[in-house]
Parts: sequence; C-alpha cells; structure tokens
Amino acid sequence: MENKKKEPLLRVVKHAELSRGQTLLLRLLAVVQALIVGGLFIALIGYNPFEIYGTMISGCFRSAMAFQATIKFCIPMCISALGVTLAFKMKFWNIGGEGQLIMGAIFASFFALFCSDMPHYLLLLVMFIAGFVGGGLWGLIPAVCREKWGTNETLFTLMLNYIALYTISFLRDGPWRDPQAAGFNKIARFDPNATLDKVFGIQAGWIIMLVLVVLVAVYLKKTKQGYEIGVVGESRDTARYAGINVKRVVLRTMFLSGGIAGIAGMVQATGSDITLSTGVAGGVGFTGIIIAWLAQLSPAVSLLISFAFSILVKGSSVVQSTYGLSTDCADVLQGIILFFIMAMEFFIRYKIVFRGHAEKTPIAASKKKEEDEA
Amino acid sequence: MKRFLALVCSIAVMATLLVGCGNGGDQGSTSEGGETSGITAENVKVGVIHIGDPATGSGYSYTHDQGIVAMQKNLGLKDTQIIRKNNIDDADATAIENAMRECIEEGCNIIFATSWGYMDTCAALAEEYPNVFFSHATGYQSNGKNFNHYFGRIYQARYLAGIAAGMKTETNKIGYVSAMGSENGECTSGVNAFAMGVASVNPDAVVEVKVTNNWYDPEGEGQAAQALLDSGCDVIAQHCDTNNPMIAARDEGVWGVGYNSDMTAEVGDAVLTSVVWNWGAYYTQAVKNVLDGTWVIGSKVEDYFGSMSDDLFRCTALSAQAAEGTQEAMDIAAAAIKDGSFDVFTGTYTDADGNVIGCDGVMECNDGKTMEVDGVNYAAITSYYKNVVVK
Repeated sequence: MENKKKEPLLRVVKHAELSRGQTLLLRLLAVVQALIVGGLFIALIGYNPFEIYGTMISGCFRSAMAFQATIKFCIPMCISALGVTLAFKMKFWNIGGEGQLIMGAIFASFFALFCSDMPHYLLLLVMFIAGFVGGGLWGLIPAVCREKWGTNETLFTLMLNYIALYTISFLRDGPWRDPQAAGFNKIARFDPNATLDKVFGIQAGWIIMLVLVVLVAVYLKKTKQGYEIGVVGESRDTARYAGINVKRVVLRTMFLSGGIAGIAGMVQATGSDITLSTGVAGGVGFTGIIIAWLAQLSPAVSLLISFAFSILVKGSSVVQSTYGLSTDCADVLQGIILFFIMAMEFFIRYKIVFRGHAEKTPIAASKKKEEDEA
Repeated sequence: MKRFLALVCSIAVMATLLVGCGNGGDQGSTSEGGETSGITAENVKVGVIHIGDPATGSGYSYTHDQGIVAMQKNLGLKDTQIIRKNNIDDADATAIENAMRECIEEGCNIIFATSWGYMDTCAALAEEYPNVFFSHATGYQSNGKNFNHYFGRIYQARYLAGIAAGMKTETNKIGYVSAMGSENGECTSGVNAFAMGVASVNPDAVVEVKVTNNWYDPEGEGQAAQALLDSGCDVIAQHCDTNNPMIAARDEGVWGVGYNSDMTAEVGDAVLTSVVWNWGAYYTQAVKNVLDGTWVIGSKVEDYFGSMSDDLFRCTALSAQAAEGTQEAMDIAAAAIKDGSFDVFTGTYTDADGNVIGCDGVMECNDGKTMEVDGVNYAAITSYYKNVVVK
C-alpha cells in the first residue's frame, strides 16, 4: 500500500445496489435471525421457544374472536402508517402522528358525545369528517409554521403530541367529565348510535383501512398531486423550477397526512374504545412511523407489516397469561425483532470492511463481489 | 403495474381472511352459551385483570393477586383454572376489552376486574356474554344478573390507623397523601375516617392533606410526603399506591401509616401500622357463591360491600415504635366496629375514659358546615372533617 495514512480497523462501505430478490432475502434472513435470538432469550428465562412462538401464532388465529382482535390492533397502526407515508414521501419529518390521531379522536368524540341523536349514518359521516379535519388541522399547524418561519418540523410535530394528549386529560377532568362518575374522572361511553358498526364481527374500520390503502397508493402513484409530493421531497429547488407551488404542496400534504392519522383516531375511538380516553393512541402513532419506514413508504407493504405487528401485539398478550410470562418479556421480544430488521436495513445498503481486506475503492470492491458471485 | 397487482392481491387475501373468520364468529358466539348453569369446582375458570404486575411484590395489584391465590387455595382450584392478565392500562379500552375477551375465549366463567377504569367495558361485555360473571372492584355499576361491584368499608380500618397516628404525633400535625381530591368520595371518606380516629385520641391535632391527582405516581407520592414533612408533620398516612411516602417519613426520622400491603415489613418499624386489604375474603366468597348456587350467573348476583367483621381488611400488628396505650385504644374501637354499634360515620362508642365518641350521622366539616354522612354512601362524602387542612 502506497497510502501512508493508517487504515482504520473497521470501515463502513456502501456497496452496489442489490437486486430486489437479494433485498427480500436479506430481510427474511433478518426475521429468521431475530426469531433465533428471541428464541435463545426465551430459552434463557426457562421456557420452550417453540411453544411460546406457537402460542403467539395460535393466540392470533385460534378462533374468530382472536382473529377479530388481531385485526382490531392492525387498523390504527396501518392507517397511521399511511398518514406519515404521505409526509415522509415529501421528506417532511412528521413524527406527530400520535397527536394528529388524538386530535381526530377528540373532534369525532365531540359529535359522539353531544350529537348522538343524529341519524346513525349521518352521524358516522359527520364524525368521519370531523376526525379527518381535526387531525388535518393538527398536522397543518407545524407545516404553516415551517413555511412561514422556518421552524423545525420534527420537534414541532413531536411537541404537539403532548399538547393533544393533555387536551384529552383536560376534557376528561373538566368539561367532558361523565357527571355520573361519582368523583372519578372519565369520559362517558358513547351511545350505541355513535358507534361504528361491525362488519363480519370487526368494527368497520377495517374497510376504511383497506380503502385508504388503495387511495393512498393511487394518490401517490397515479395523480399529479402525488407526483408533486415526490418532486418536493427530492428537491424543493427542482420543484420550484418546474413551476410547482412548493408551499401549497407542503400545506396540502400535511393536511392530508394529519387527516389520515385523524381518521385512525376516529376509527379507534368510535369503533374499538367506544369512548375517548388517554390511551386512544397508546403509541400507535409512533409504531406507524416504524411501519411506514419498514415498508419503504409503500401502502400495500404497510398493510402487511401492520398485520405482522398486530400478530406480535395480540400474540404476546396471550403468551403473557398462558405462561405467566411478564409483559416486559413480550416487549423484549418485540424489541429484538425490530432491532434485527432495522439492522438489516443498514446491511442492505452498506457493508463493514476490515483493515487490509479491502480493495482500494469501494466501487472496485463491489465489482469484485459481483464477479465472485457470478 | 406489478406493484398494483401486489396491492390488489394483498387486499384480496386480507378480505378473504376477514370474511372467513367473520362467518366463524357467529358460530363462536352461540357456542359460548353452552353452560347456562351447573358451574362446579372442576369447570369453574377465573380470569383476573390487573392494572399492574403482581410480581412487583407490593402494592395494589399484588394485594389483589394475593386474594386470588388465597381463593384458589381455599377452594382447591388448579393453576390452569386461573388466568391472569397483567399490566392492562385502565385508560386503554381496546386493551381491556381484548384481555377480557381472551379470558372468555379460554373458557373463563368468572372475571374479576380489579381497577376502576375497567367498569364500562365490564358493563358492555356483561350484556354480550350473559353466562359470564363480571365482578368489578370499586365501581358503582351492576346489573344484578351477571355484573356486580365489590368494595369494602375500608374507612373502618383507617379510623383505627388514625388512633395510632393521633397518639404518636408530637407536633400535632399529621400528613396524609391522597391520590384524589375532595370530590372523590372514596379518598375523602378515608381521609375523614382517619381524621376522626385522630380526633378521638388527640383533639388538638390537625390532618394536613396533600393530593397527587394520580392513582399511581411513585415520584409524586414521595414528593407530596416530603412537602408535608417539611411543613412539620411527624406522622404520614397515605391513600396511594407505592410505599414512597413511608420511606420519606422513615428517612426523616419520623413515622408513617401504610396502605395496601404491610409496609412495616417493607420499610421498617417507623411504619406504625398499615391498612391492608384481604381480598381473598371476597374472592373466596364470590366463587363459593357461584359454586353453591347462592349466585346464579345470568339471573342473580349481588353487590358486595364488606366490613371488618368479614375480615376483608385490617390494620397490621403495631410496630415497636407505636405509642403506649395505642393497642388498647384501637381494640376498644375495633370491638365497637365489629359488634355493629359503631361504623365511624354512624353510631357511637365509649372510650376508656368514659367519653362518648362518634358523630353519629352528622359530620362537622372544615368549612364550618355540617353534612349528613353514612358509610354505605361513602361516595357522597365529598367534604373534609373539621380537623382536616388541605395543603
């Protein structure tokens, strides 16, 4: 080596783009690895990993009731993933899905609590629109502030989550408190008339979820507005040069992004919880971000990953009670699986090269690798 | 195009799954109704919904779970006949419903829901599953058929604990960390009973109440106790979940009165006594009632409001640091409570010096007014007793 500078022991090198098949293979490998390490963890604390995994799966599919509950967990996760997908496509880092979901739930709950004598389907429609508008406005605030004063949207959307959450506490302890609750603070359970109907035993939110998956996919792929989102995301200057009104695209997209999260809130409050409580989002807004990333912003894949996540959530609940396993163990398992999948995303793009094992340039290295494989 | 195809395919798969299971659902719910009567010790299955994890070894969920353990032992049930759902957030209605449905799915015919926030879900599911008995702690809803609520006159034990505190205090200031404010009858009736116990032995002492506005707030509970200690209190009582107030009192070199579990064992002699639940008394009675036909799920269950004579709660043995004569004073009051002549808010008894003690239904409040009180309507007691000061 004529290079005098000492080479570091480890280097991270970007390797050549992998084919779709290879990427898929690596991702599956990550899941398998995660299951193995998770299994080791289970074995270490003294349980049979095969039994635990088996119970997890059967806990989700053993009966109609179990499957219905699994889907119920899937609905808000998938819808909030769809919401952030729009913003992320524009490289607008909206991590306020949680707050937008909550605002949607609050807006919808207003009609559920105080206008419950409206005709059923009209009321549902009103609540749906209210949820969409509530979430949308909550998403619009950080967008307006960024466009006007250049505020940081990541921090801004994050902070709005807490304001939304404490708005529920305020309503619960004050103006919306259930007068019958004898000094305890809670919001009343919704009237059956203000409750989302069940279709095949599951709240109708699953239909809304499927429709939204299609709508968002079509919107992003087939419409002019969807195209504009992508261009703004790649480069605002290019977009401006091409005559796109960047400001309008950002505001519109954030309204839609928040609005979809708001629909998730409306569906959760009126379909699953049948009340408004501080647990209405319960971290789903953040899970949605992970799901959208893992799906690489593809709505269809988001649906599949949400389903996989709901199996984890529902399955570990059954595992907890069947084996007396602490709920913390279930969280550890979920963490392990997520860790491996995330880590694999790194190896799909990069590789680690040890000192002395590398060719001079990364490109040469990846070329050689390709030759080796061929 | 490929992407679009994938999209359509995945949606089609989901839809088929949903439809398939939807049809199964109807069959499932009718087969649930198989056992309308004749629940025996062999086929009874009990589900328990906990807000925390009993494995923590102290506090609310642990105490309830000890009751379940006692019930299992008393009735000779197998481990497989008990299903526990732990860490079920009582503000997450979907999680609550899921936990209860999983219990029902696994064949539970009795479900004990141990936290207040589970009430609405109990009410809704009780309608959907008329053959499952939902028993809800601390609430006020019930339907007389398969949904009841259970709680106890815990204020009786708090009264006795007040005697221990009133005799010990040297500064005549006693602190009380309360989870909720005066509008909450459960907390306020407890504060008042404690304060009446204090007044019965020490008319000069005041009870300073500090509210955390949270049922479970380890840090806030410790801080509230510290603030009371800083203002000169030398005995700390509590109606909150963790033993942090007791630790704060001990570390300050003064004393405390614990709640829920035996905090003398956990924190040491500085805790004079603890007001503890013995939920096993109810859980055993409830399951027994179902087994022997006293209660028939679907047609007759009753609400439960236990008292000291049912052994539902008690004060733990006094620590070595309790003042002299405390046990005697507590015994006299306890005897009157047990024979029914005195129920803290109603009735009277005569102490060792011949004084007649008890407000007998009309309580003097700290705002100078009086109010009619009765232990059965503890939830309506939303004013503090005359010697209480809110901090």
